[in-house]
Amino acid sequence: MNGWDWIHWLIFVVVILGFALSMIIVFIWTERKVIGRFQLRRGPNRVGPMGVLQAFADFIKVLTKEDIVPAKADRWVHLLAPIVAFVPALLVLAVVPFRDGSILADLNIGILYVVAIGALGVVGIFMAGWGSNNKYSLISAMRTAAQVVSYEVPVVLSIVGVILITGSLSMVTIVHEQQVPFILLQPLGFLIFFLGTTAEINRSPFDLLEAESEIVAGFHIEYSGMKFALFYLGEYAHAVAASAVITTLFLSGWKGPVLPPVLWFLIKVGFVFWLFLWMRSTLPRLRVDQLMGFAWKFLLPLALFNVFLTGAEVLLWEEKMASWGNFPWPFLFLNLALAGGLIVLWSKFFRLGGGRVEV
Amino acid sequence: MTTALSGQEVSRQIGERFPDAVLQSDEAAVVLRGESLLEVAQFLKATPGLEFDYLTSISGVDYLDYLEVVYHLTSMKNNHSLVLKVRCWDRDKPSLPSVVSLWRGADLQEREAYDLVGIAFSGHPNLKRILLWEGFEGHPLRRDYL
Amino acid sequence: MMELKTEPVVINMGPQHPSTHGVFRMRVTFDGEVIVDMEPVFGYLHRGIEKLAEERTYTQVIPLTDRLDYVASMTNNHAYVLAVERLAGITVPERAEYLRVIMDEMMRISSHLLAVGFLLNDMGAFFTPLMYMFREREKLLDLFEMVCGQRLTYNYMRIGGLSHDIPPEFLPALNRFVQEMPHFIDEYDQLLAENEILLARTKGVGVLSRELAINASASGPVLRASGVSWDIRKADPYSVYDRFKFQVPIGTAGDIYDRYWVRIQEMRHSVRILEQAIKGLPSGEVMAKVPPLLRPPQGEAYAHIESPRGELGFYVVSDNSIAPYRLHIRAPTFINLTTLRDLVIGWKLADAVAVFGSIDIVLGEVDR
Repeated sequence: MNGWDWIHWLIFVVVILGFALSMIIVFIWTERKVIGRFQLRRGPNRVGPMGVLQAFADFIKVLTKEDIVPAKADRWVHLLAPIVAFVPALLVLAVVPFRDGSILADLNIGILYVVAIGALGVVGIFMAGWGSNNKYSLISAMRTAAQVVSYEVPVVLSIVGVILITGSLSMVTIVHEQQVPFILLQPLGFLIFFLGTTAEINRSPFDLLEAESEIVAGFHIEYSGMKFALFYLGEYAHAVAASAVITTLFLSGWKGPVLPPVLWFLIKVGFVFWLFLWMRSTLPRLRVDQLMGFAWKFLLPLALFNVFLTGAEVLLWEEKMASWGNFPWPFLFLNLALAGGLIVLWSKFFRLGGGRVEV
Repeated sequence: MTTALSGQEVSRQIGERFPDAVLQSDEAAVVLRGESLLEVAQFLKATPGLEFDYLTSISGVDYLDYLEVVYHLTSMKNNHSLVLKVRCWDRDKPSLPSVVSLWRGADLQEREAYDLVGIAFSGHPNLKRILLWEGFEGHPLRRDYL
Repeated sequence: MMELKTEPVVINMGPQHPSTHGVFRMRVTFDGEVIVDMEPVFGYLHRGIEKLAEERTYTQVIPLTDRLDYVASMTNNHAYVLAVERLAGITVPERAEYLRVIMDEMMRISSHLLAVGFLLNDMGAFFTPLMYMFREREKLLDLFEMVCGQRLTYNYMRIGGLSHDIPPEFLPALNRFVQEMPHFIDEYDQLLAENEILLARTKGVGVLSRELAINASASGPVLRASGVSWDIRKADPYSVYDRFKFQVPIGTAGDIYDRYWVRIQEMRHSVRILEQAIKGLPSGEVMAKVPPLLRPPQGEAYAHIESPRGELGFYVVSDNSIAPYRLHIRAPTFINLTTLRDLVIGWKLADAVAVFGSIDIVLGEVDR
């Protein structure tokens, strides 16, 4: 470790903080604007040109609000929860390469780190749900815990496919190895990872922990002022992190023709986020048992199958067909066809969740 | 078109089975004795040709001399209707048998009549105030309220 | 191993809750997410309209009826004036009858749009379906505004007819709406009807059996979704409904999906009635000769109509004075709530919200 390392880290901490915060503000604006468009309305258009300053106006408003702590809340848990929920999202960005070499820390276990840290956010949410001493937030906390535990399994398994192909856990290597984006080589893996991540960052149709029409606001029902804002920002920070990770794993990160790499990276992150928005503005919410059923009965078998399939393909390619060329084109088409066929087949076979419970 | 059955016609049929159930009857309605309401209702619901399977509405009316409960019955099968009335002369403790056991639809309506007009329906599974809060004094839809 | 002690949780959903459509309260007992008991609590919006009506002249009651089912005020007007007309023996001019039918059907479309939109909203579709529905509802509200200057509480019908004739620009605008509405209904169908999540959330959930539906005096789309072909417009035609050709869509399963489906189909048929009514609209007066201070003869009358939410009935008793002696309102959604407990027991928290949304209540009418 020498002095340059320290400067590198210092610069990148600032860069990542700046990146995360500016992306959050851009995303908030995009979300409101895009969903407005989906809903045949204009979205924010009063503060600044096209409403771009709306987020700042909201921020100032939230800052001036009274910070309310319920009388019977667990004060410390209540206080720490927003911080615990917010920070992991920033930590995840530490291993995401913005372009070749532009990364805070190229960990050789990068993707493992993402999975481990990414799941920490749920602790903050659980703390909020528990610490608020509110029944709705408690239900929300329980839902989140169950949801994240369930979805972590298919998500990790779907990453295994990528790791098998690249033979590395490092995020930079994964991007380097992508001659074509892995979304084409691993369509099933991408879908599972995308849906699983949607569930983990609690976006619709898996936003059961906020479920406005059921449990009002879920875990942040008792939060106001800056603490609430931290949750709000945390939600978007998680979305930014998730989009960045998906971009790195499946959309070949910064790679792309003509445009500079960083711009490509941003475009892809924006696109992934737009997919989240699309789902949010069109789909109704799943029920809690259907949510679990979806993870265990639908995503998990497919993820397992994907691991076996990818493993077999990697073996086959390296042992038998390495002389065919430097890219496994036949597998690309095979995987696309299999993914389509399996999804159609599986959806015919299984039922989402249970029915009525006798009480 | 829903035919409104003649009260006299129906009261004749009731009278064959329950001789002193009907208090009076005219074209529009049949007025029953309170204590025989339940068995007559049972009769009206089950007898072929009448088959009043649908309890449209229960309205409590205060006529100062007596309290009246009006049952609008409909038969979906035969598409005819009947107006059934029951009276209570005791203003302090008016009580009538509940018809919830025959028509579930009476559940909330009887509670409403109890709440606003103050008629207690004996045999109702959950007779308490519905629109006003527990502990409210009086029954506002009586004519002598206020 | 230690036995973990568990106990059910009681949650008051409402009166302040986003999906109780106002100020309804459900006292729900949960075992985890499963509902083991539910008790509806009413009355947070009770304004004593029936009592207020006893101190007003017959015409002055009409604005009160607007405040019952405030999503479909015009049908409330209609039911009330129908009861008083029956009581006083007043015949309404034909043009007024046709216009009443037009208003009722417009009201039905507008109300069903809201019902379906909010049902989807309750199921967590983040406002998008609702906004699509609002687009068409807005056009209807504009039409109502054209007719009577109001968008919510119309106060348009009078005993013996209507307060005034429609303006000349109304019919062309309505015609345009009738032309384009079927296309929009198709659009809703495409957006919603085969959505996998919607089907998973609604099919087989909150089933109200045919027998229970009749026995519990359910009415309107809730009754028809359970497979009972009972529509006051057909069974006991009022106004000029017997002159129009239309069908009454009925469901089969009686679940949330069928209630949703019945509403969508009813909109189609309402459009057809509107078409026919516009074509057949006669010219002439819209108001019968009615004394300004009406004193109906002593007696009573019950009139019911098929409001968007079910059988809306008014029972009016007259003592030959200028004010009703007693006015009782048979509020359809109030009675539809009788079976709410049976529908949600054993289902999850989220289903309770969806079932509740599918009954489509308006608190102004439930609590009166």
